[in-house]
Amino acid sequence: MPKIIRRGVITADNRHGIDADAETTLPGQVCTLAQWLKLADKCGSAVQLEPGQPPAPLLEHLEDIELVVIHFPVLTDGRGFSYGRELRERGYLGELRASGHFIRDQLTYLVRCGFDAFQMADNTDLEAALLSLNDFSEHYQAAVDEPLPLFRRRQIAAS
Amino acid sequence: MNIQTICRPLFSGKVAPREGTLPWGRHGEYDGLMYVYDQYDQTIVDERVAQFRDQTARFLTGQISDEAFLPLRLQNGLYVQRLAPMLRIAVPYGLMNSTQLRKLADISRDYDKGYAHISTRQNVQLNWPQLEEVPDILEELASVQMHAIQTSGNCIRNTTTDQFAGVAPDELDDPRPYCEIIRQWSTLHPEFAFLPRKFKIAVCGSRQDRAAIHNHDIGLDLVTDAENNLGLKVLVGGGLGRTPAIGAVIREWLHPTHLLTYLEAILRVYNQHGRRDNKYKARIKILVKAMGVPAFREAVEQEWRSLKNGPTTLTQQAIDHARSFFRAPDYAILDSEDARQDIQSRCMADPIFAQWFQSNTQAHRMPGYRIVTLSLKATGYAPGDITAEQMELVAELADRYAYGEIRSTHQQNLVLADVRMSLLYELWQELQPAGLATANIGFLTDMICCPGGDYCSLANAKSIPVAEAIQSRFDSLDYLYDLGPIELNISGCMNACGHHHIGHIGILGVDKKGQEFYQVSLGGSQSKDASLGKILGPSFKQEDMPDIIDTILCTYLSLRKAEESFLETYRRVGINPFKERVYAQNY
Repeated sequence: MPKIIRRGVITADNRHGIDADAETTLPGQVCTLAQWLKLADKCGSAVQLEPGQPPAPLLEHLEDIELVVIHFPVLTDGRGFSYGRELRERGYLGELRASGHFIRDQLTYLVRCGFDAFQMADNTDLEAALLSLNDFSEHYQAAVDEPLPLFRRRQIAAS
Repeated sequence: MNIQTICRPLFSGKVAPREGTLPWGRHGEYDGLMYVYDQYDQTIVDERVAQFRDQTARFLTGQISDEAFLPLRLQNGLYVQRLAPMLRIAVPYGLMNSTQLRKLADISRDYDKGYAHISTRQNVQLNWPQLEEVPDILEELASVQMHAIQTSGNCIRNTTTDQFAGVAPDELDDPRPYCEIIRQWSTLHPEFAFLPRKFKIAVCGSRQDRAAIHNHDIGLDLVTDAENNLGLKVLVGGGLGRTPAIGAVIREWLHPTHLLTYLEAILRVYNQHGRRDNKYKARIKILVKAMGVPAFREAVEQEWRSLKNGPTTLTQQAIDHARSFFRAPDYAILDSEDARQDIQSRCMADPIFAQWFQSNTQAHRMPGYRIVTLSLKATGYAPGDITAEQMELVAELADRYAYGEIRSTHQQNLVLADVRMSLLYELWQELQPAGLATANIGFLTDMICCPGGDYCSLANAKSIPVAEAIQSRFDSLDYLYDLGPIELNISGCMNACGHHHIGHIGILGVDKKGQEFYQVSLGGSQSKDASLGKILGPSFKQEDMPDIIDTILCTYLSLRKAEESFLETYRRVGINPFKERVYAQNY
């Protein structure tokens, strides 16, 4: 089983991976958006979004979905950052996983956008990748990990 | 590690203030003149340096591929150029203090060849640093509250503004507090670091636009509504490059507290829908054109509905806090009549000083003060280049004459914003021997010019030799003054770093079967009456360029009426008379 980072720990991925050609999917298997849309029962489901597939169709079922995988085919395609953030802002509480060709230097941005699991195409040194989670201890913006922007926290600290 | 350690606590009081940094609310030595870091800003910049040091070490030991390192180094301002890497240092909205300028002089001497270049985004570029030494350079910059964050790459770039902000008589409101608010919001923004393409924001607070807001991805204009309430007019989709465009107004008036959530909505629409299949069609201007302005506006408004009034909504205290850094220095109360008489007699006695006073100083909002522009356009030097010695002198003069503050301009000059009129003659005498008093601001030889094919690997053609040939040909100040205000802009390729589309005369380097040629356009303007230049016709050889420019100028002189400027004459007569004269001569 491939290793992933989940909530800051290296762990084995226990899910059936995506099979884009399958007519039907196993319970809990990661679905393509098309497969997922066809699921009669979305409870406990897992779905993968590609760039160009904004999370709008998922918003009605956020409480049923257990895992959303957002795929990054190349490290420079940043659409997934907005998808992740939108899902969290709309109240999604399940696992939000980035998969694909992002690199460890993007982990802090991904965490800030609400991702809590990372399935890296290059998973040869996940121990080293964990170090990148600590690149920054302070941020200007409000984000999923920090609901108040620095200008509000400064104000509170000064009062 | 668990999620608690990944997700930072709400109040991270854990970072002890570094020695020498200031607690919140205190401004220190440059009080009231510019933004001063507190421990939060310093922590972010220091951690960025450490991050890049680690990234560089991993790259040099083969742990990061070229492809993966590319966006990482670009987001720290590092290009790999024709001859060496080029490092672009951020000068947020063009504002520096004398300590920072001295540090830039030291860095250019210690890590480069003893000179630097002012870019058209008001930034400072080094042309010859060593990749291995870049982390050290960034550490030196951090020690004076500077950085190179997001000076290139497909992210939000340095926000630019009017170089006369805070001192211009035609100012409605100071744009710099808004620029600083945008700087902080855009710095390491987690959602917008991998956009389809680069993204540039400019803010204007005056009646005359000196920030080219119509040619930015987002242009913000401080305006008042019918009840005289101050707000922001929002323009989107302006730009230069291959497909020049004038920005469209998508909101006439926005309350300043909504600035950041509105920007976030625009960026979110762009990040999700901007084209990523073709880098030449990836800028937001293409998206705005493709969707149409009403549909784009509606998409932004819809996105905004979920962000509006959220935590990123600015508080009045946050705006006031930003404002408190730009109060104004401790001006003396001066008698403007005395000052005027003093200058008048100086000008009578010394006509060379009079020329400089006329062209290189501007009216100031305070009586008895002038704004001084130091020309980096001396004949024989690449436009915008400045040596380490010149930087040190400017820092010293800023301390003595202008409260220690220096500004860089998108026309690639420097500004001392607050000089007493009674000290102008003395200042001018010190600038002259250093080659910083060329009396050509706003005239033909004060041209904007990108580094071009001499340095840049993107360029189709050289631009500096063309600039130099034109400068030497039109070296007579009397002739320049007779021509009146003319903006001549040169780009070495259609990426348009030299802003050729918005020059009254624009020159673009093109490649024709491996040979360098130059295309000329006329009638561009970067003011509030913004327009894009029209191409004159087939392109010319480098050696013909001074003659071509000469013909264009002679045509103007023969057609102009009374006090008409070049642009006014062009707008009245159109391009044809110029075309006929230039191509009649068989080029």
